[in-house]
Amino acid sequence: MTGWIARLEQLRTHQAAPWLGVALIVLTLFILPFVLASVGTAWVRITNLAILFALLSLGLNIVVGFAGLLDLGYIAFYAVGAYCYALLASPHFGLHLPFWIILPIGAAVACVFGVLLGAPTLKLRGDYLAIVTLGFGEIVRVFLNNLSQPVNITNGPQGVTLIDPFRIGKIDFSRTDDLFGLAFSGPIKYYYLLLAVLVVAIVINLRQQNSRLGRAWVAIREDEVAAQAMGINTRNVKLLAFAMGASFGGVAGGIFAATQGFISPESFVFVESIMVLSMVVLGGMGNVWGVVLGAILLSFVPEILRYTVEPAQKAVFGRLLIEPEVIRMLLFGLALVLMMLYRPAGLWPSSRRKRELSETDQS
Amino acid sequence: MRTAQLLEIRNIEKRFGGLTALADVSLTIRQGEIYGLIGPNGAGKTTLFNVLTGLYVPDRGEFEFDGANLVGLKPYRVAESGIARTFQNIRLFGNMSAMENVMVGRHVRTRAGAIGAILRTRRTRDEEAAIRSRSRELLAYVGISQHAGALSRNLSYGDQRRLEIARALATEPKLLALDEPAAGMNATETAELRRLLEKIRSDGVTILLIEHDVKLVMGLCDRVAVLDYGRKIAEGKPAQVQKDPEVIRAYLGGALP
Amino acid sequence: MEIFLQQLINGLTLGSVYAIVALGYTMVYGIVQLINFAHGEVVMVGAMVALSVISALAGSVLPPLVIVFAGILCAVPVCMAVGFVMERVAYRPLRGAPRLAPLITAIGISIILQQVAMIVWSRNPLGFPQIIDNPVFEIAGAHISAVQIVIILGSLLMMAGLTLLVFRTRLGIAMRATSENPQIAGLMGINVNRVISATFVIGAGLGAVAGVMVGTYYGIAHYTMGSLLGMKAFSAAVLGGIGNLAGAMLGGIMLGVVEALGAGYIGEIMDLCHISGISDALAVRCAQDGHFVLFGSNYQDVIAFLVLIAVLVFRPSGLLGERVSDRA
Repeated sequence: MTGWIARLEQLRTHQAAPWLGVALIVLTLFILPFVLASVGTAWVRITNLAILFALLSLGLNIVVGFAGLLDLGYIAFYAVGAYCYALLASPHFGLHLPFWIILPIGAAVACVFGVLLGAPTLKLRGDYLAIVTLGFGEIVRVFLNNLSQPVNITNGPQGVTLIDPFRIGKIDFSRTDDLFGLAFSGPIKYYYLLLAVLVVAIVINLRQQNSRLGRAWVAIREDEVAAQAMGINTRNVKLLAFAMGASFGGVAGGIFAATQGFISPESFVFVESIMVLSMVVLGGMGNVWGVVLGAILLSFVPEILRYTVEPAQKAVFGRLLIEPEVIRMLLFGLALVLMMLYRPAGLWPSSRRKRELSETDQS
Repeated sequence: MRTAQLLEIRNIEKRFGGLTALADVSLTIRQGEIYGLIGPNGAGKTTLFNVLTGLYVPDRGEFEFDGANLVGLKPYRVAESGIARTFQNIRLFGNMSAMENVMVGRHVRTRAGAIGAILRTRRTRDEEAAIRSRSRELLAYVGISQHAGALSRNLSYGDQRRLEIARALATEPKLLALDEPAAGMNATETAELRRLLEKIRSDGVTILLIEHDVKLVMGLCDRVAVLDYGRKIAEGKPAQVQKDPEVIRAYLGGALP
Repeated sequence: MEIFLQQLINGLTLGSVYAIVALGYTMVYGIVQLINFAHGEVVMVGAMVALSVISALAGSVLPPLVIVFAGILCAVPVCMAVGFVMERVAYRPLRGAPRLAPLITAIGISIILQQVAMIVWSRNPLGFPQIIDNPVFEIAGAHISAVQIVIILGSLLMMAGLTLLVFRTRLGIAMRATSENPQIAGLMGINVNRVISATFVIGAGLGAVAGVMVGTYYGIAHYTMGSLLGMKAFSAAVLGGIGNLAGAMLGGIMLGVVEALGAGYIGEIMDLCHISGISDALAVRCAQDGHFVLFGSNYQDVIAFLVLIAVLVFRPSGLLGERVSDRA
């Protein structure tokens, strides 16, 4: 018994251990889609959506978690990215640009929107900013719904269909390719792509956090007046957080459009902004790994509910009393309230945010 | 020999509604001196600080710092041009470590941007290392190296004051403006503070000091100005000012110690 | 001119409702410096409760007016209870916490209220029973209905009542003192917790009446009706100067009028056919359709947000507000 523990301890402290761990994780992540696909392709899609939400959460984390700015219209940037992709790669305008051109465009356009929104509003106090961003999100949606007239730009509530999938050379992300005897279906290919983008996003978040800029964000969150007195151009630094967060949303939106093949304004409602915010709050504002965890949890739990609560209700009551969709929303609402009341720093808090939010007398 | 002047404040006026917080205040601070600003509570000392550092815009008057006019500049521009300050009611970044607080002070003298941080370019890494080593030096300079990793809000009062000075020094100021740095300190701490301020001065930083501790001011400052109800009622060497009848009257008729 | 007068009447009606809802935001904000995000949902609950009661009694022998009053009399206490519980559960424990925290719980509460309302009532819009005769009067070519008159007068009455409450009663004095400085008010023997509760409850009661008004006016109620209404009312509160009662009333009415006039005229203003000379393609379109409207009245909902952003950028203290600075 003791020998076994000692051996484990030895393994843990062994030089190669971290690499072994990384290798294991990489292997798991590589195999995962095939395991999921054997259960059902739907689960691969769900996983992809979860990664997409993790991307969004990481973007919002820069704004809310790092810089402490509550953005309630974040989904608007996602919408901008998605429509950029849809309009530049679909029969709607007859344009079919490759994705590696559109994604940067989407990121840049979302970034511009972020700056346009942020420039006049970032001097506002936190709660005003929240309302203004909420309003902005709604405005974007109203425009998407109505910009079908007099000139048809967005195709209105019908949305844009037949959006091109990603293509790299001969590899088409909408078709299944056989490689080394494995069937790489469309969703599986998107999975790997999304995973790669997620890794990049995580690295960006982590590096930003421990940089000159990251410190400036925290300083502003802590005491804006003192931060200014220390020579930090608070407006620009906040704007940078806003712009970076927005461009994350833009990229995620582009990928979303490509994976779905169809988008409409309905995908970009206020509730979606709240969903992303719930993920960030649940995982722990400012903590990169926590945020990813929050996104994955809140993406999967509703799906699991769909497969359990629905049959359970039918079995017990003979009919569906409460739809899983409603339970999902209740879950988001409860997550926000309960987390703030009992675990304000999130499931996996960043050490700094934990200290900050545990402070009770700081108004 | 007259040394060059660093800051010239001319006819500054600041009103809040009907209250005139500063009325026609003019003073000149010379390179390398320790200049004291004293006066009863509510005399306008902190208001003058806030005007000087860009938190308030004066209603009238101007100040010239190192040959440039600073009126109307945002606080961060003022810091950029070489004035650093501390606050009467300490304003540290409470949930950052002492070290991180000082590192934030380096912000204005460093360049690394978002892209550099993401790519972790050689320049960014070098700059980050320089920020760290300089911050460590500054913590040692004010004598709180041992608390580098501690959260600033957990430091003792005296250490928080020192940390605020270190953070201000990190911006490489030409003028260090201290708002009651000895407030709440005991005699030993005050004596240490005095040595620290003398050291800072001898390293070439000019100091503007608001202080209630008259003994400290009289012993430390080269020159002193007295504010009362927003007006400068006296200026000069501490010994002279001490005898000024108007100053004595301002302090409720009581003689200065 | 008829359009103008008609839109003015519509705007006044809507504006009175905004004003009543805005009062709820502004009272709470004045006292605890918190945007009660879920206030719009309280309004929705008010409309829904009244709808249920009115529908249930609609077939009975009671006279229609009594039925409507019964609806209001049920909606008000229910909403007050919701307001009370909300403050207790979600906001009080977070008093003194960083601002972000109560803001986030408020959003959570608003989501929960919506979903619960959806479970209790319906996913679909519900028709508000029209049981009272609604005669329409004509003034100078414009129409005004009895319901509109009742809404406008009722709102004015409530505003007057609230003003009396705040400036003439002991509770009102306590409220004003708490909003100036809760610590000192506490030291002066005011039960600050009770005052804050009372503020939420009164705001929620007003919201309930506003909910019944909107429901009756539009003839429908939906579980999501609170969010947009709440947003607009909040904009109105900011327009008037948040924390300021007179400001909320003024802001509400102004926003209603601006919105209605905007909706009435935006299509005409944005019709590029006025300047069809600038492009041949445009001229062709104009000859075909007779109009080429860049932004029509379907952008009505954007107006409130634009007003909000403009106010916050150019005059954050609002029209009548004075409190600008952040309490450091």
